[in-house]
Amino acid sequence: MINLLLFPVLIPLLFAAILLFFPKNIRMQRSIAALGAGLALIAVLFLIAKVKTDGIQAVTLGSWDAPFGITMVSDLFSALLVLSATVITLFVIFYSFPTIGVEREQSFYYPAVLFLLTGVNGAFTTGDIFNLFVFFEVLLMSSYMLIVHGGQKPQLRETIKYLLVNIISSALFVSAVAFLYSVTGTLNMADLAVKIPQIEATGILTVIAVLFLIVFGFKAAIFPLYFWLPGAYYAPPIPILALFGALLTKVGVYAIMRTYTLFFTMNTDFTHELLAIIAILTILAGCIGALAYFDVKKIIIYNIIIAVGVILFGVSQLNEAGVNGSIFYLIHDMLIKAALFFLVGIVAVIFGTSNLRQMGGLMKTYPVLGWVYLITAFGLAGIPPLSGFPGKLLIVQGGFEGPQFWGSIVILVTSLLVLLSVIRIFVYAFWGEPVETVPLKKSTYRQMMIPSVLLVALTVFLGVGAEFFMPLISGAGEVLLNPSIYIDAVLKE
Amino acid sequence: MEIIMSVVIGFLFMAAVYLMLSKSLIRIIIGTGLLSHGAHLLILTMGGLGGTAPPVVAEGVSISDYVDPLPQALILTAIVISFAVTSFFLVLAYRSYQELGTDNVNLMRGTEDDD
Repeated sequence: MINLLLFPVLIPLLFAAILLFFPKNIRMQRSIAALGAGLALIAVLFLIAKVKTDGIQAVTLGSWDAPFGITMVSDLFSALLVLSATVITLFVIFYSFPTIGVEREQSFYYPAVLFLLTGVNGAFTTGDIFNLFVFFEVLLMSSYMLIVHGGQKPQLRETIKYLLVNIISSALFVSAVAFLYSVTGTLNMADLAVKIPQIEATGILTVIAVLFLIVFGFKAAIFPLYFWLPGAYYAPPIPILALFGALLTKVGVYAIMRTYTLFFTMNTDFTHELLAIIAILTILAGCIGALAYFDVKKIIIYNIIIAVGVILFGVSQLNEAGVNGSIFYLIHDMLIKAALFFLVGIVAVIFGTSNLRQMGGLMKTYPVLGWVYLITAFGLAGIPPLSGFPGKLLIVQGGFEGPQFWGSIVILVTSLLVLLSVIRIFVYAFWGEPVETVPLKKSTYRQMMIPSVLLVALTVFLGVGAEFFMPLISGAGEVLLNPSIYIDAVLKE
Repeated sequence: MEIIMSVVIGFLFMAAVYLMLSKSLIRIIIGTGLLSHGAHLLILTMGGLGGTAPPVVAEGVSISDYVDPLPQALILTAIVISFAVTSFFLVLAYRSYQELGTDNVNLMRGTEDDD
C-alpha cells in the first residue's frame, strides 16, 4: 500500500464532498461525517504501524522523482500529529450532535469540519513548502467558513479581522517562498535541506528564516502576532472553538518545528535564540491574559497561547530532551485543549453564560463534571502523573542542557500560573453558593459528557502510560534531530 | 527588466498597505487584492526573468533559452487561491454590512459581549 499516507487526506475530502449533496438530511449528515472521520482514523492507525516498522513513507505524485514532483512524506512525527488531529475531529463531531444546533447542521457544518481535517492532515503530511501553503489555504478556507457559520454579529465582526490577518500572512508566505526559491532553486523540503548548507551567503537565508517565522507565527499565535486570536476564537460556538484551539495553531507550530529543524539550521545562534526569546515572551503574554479575564472561554483561549510558547521553547533548544518534550507536549496539548473546551462548554451551557462571576455551586448537582474537570486542569498544568508532566519535564530538561537555561525557570514558574488560572474556574464554578442554572436535559448532558470523558481518559492514558508512548515520541524526535534520515527517505533514488 | 519589476512590486505593496490602512471595508478588500498581485509578481521575478523558448525540449534550443516553468505553475495556484479568498471576503463584507449596518471598520470595534 504505497499510497497509504494519502488516505488520511483523501478520505475526509471524499466524505465532505459526498456530504455536500444532501445538506438537509441531518441523520445522514451526522452518520456519514462520523463514518468519514472514523475511516480516516483507521487509515492513520495502519499508517503509524507501517511507519513504525518500515521507516519514513514518501510518495511523489505522478511518479516524478523527488526534487521535481510534489512529495508527500509521512514520518513518525507527522503521523502522530495526523493521528491526534483525526481523533480530535472524530470527538468534535460526536460533541457537535447535541450542541451545535440543527440550523447549523443543515447548512454545511459537517462538510466544513471534514474539509478542515483534509487541510490539517495535508499540511502535516506534505513535503513541499509550496504545497504547505496550498494546504494552509485549504484549512484556512474551511476555518473562515466555520468561524462565521451562523452569521451572528460578533462572528461577522471577528471574521473580518481574522480573514484580513490571514490574507496578509498568506501574501507574506508567497513572498517568502519566492525569496527561498530564488536563493535555492528548489521548494522540496528534503532538497532544501541538502541545498541550504551549500550556500555561502547565510545572511539572506537568515532573513528568509525570520520571514517564515513571521508567516507561521501568525498561524501559531506567537508573541507579537497573537493579537487576533482571543477575539476570533471567542466568537464561534464551543465545538468549533475546540476544533480550532486543538488544531489550527498547532499546524503553525508544526510548520515552525519542521522548517527550523530540517533546513533553517545555518545560523542557529541567531534564529533559534530569537525563537527561544519569542517563546518565553509568548508564555508571559498568555499568562497575563489567562489571569486577567473572568470568562471561562477567554481563560482557556489564553492557555492555547501559553502552550504554543512552551512547545516552541523546547524546539529552540535543538537537543534531544527538548525536541522529544516538544513533540510529547504538542500531542498532549492538542488532546487536552479539546477536552478542556468540551468541559467548559458544558459548564457554560449549564449556567447559560461564560462569565465566571455569575457561576457557583455546581459541585453538588454535577459532581462527575467537577471531578473530570479537576483532572483535566491538573493534566494541563502538568501535575504528575498526568499527561502534561512528561512533556514539560523533558522541555525543562532540554532548556537546562541548552543555551537558554533561564527559559526553563520561566516555564516552571508559569506552570503555577497556568494551574492558578484553570483552578480559578473550578473554584468559581463548582464551589460557593449555588446559582440558578439553565435546565439541561439528561440525555443532552450525557451526549456531551461521553466524548469529553473519553477524551480526558485518553489524556490520562497518555500521561500514565508515557513509558509506553516514549518509543514513538523518541522515534519522531530522532527524525527531527537527524535531518539526514528524512532526506535519505525522500531523495532515495 | 528586474529593476522595473521590483519598482512595480514595491508600488503594488505600497498601494496595498495604504488601502488596507483605510477605514472603508471595500478599500481594504481592494488593498488585499493588490497585495496578492504584488506577491504573484514577486514570484515571477524571483524565478528569474528572460528566456524566450517555452519549457519544452526541442532541437536547437539551449538550456539558457528556456523560461523557468515553476514560478508560472506557482502563480497559477496562488492566483486561484487569492481569487477564492477575495470573493469570500466580498460576500462577507456584504453580509456584515447588512447585519452590522456599517462598512466602517472603526465602528466594528468593541468587546464581544456588546450585543
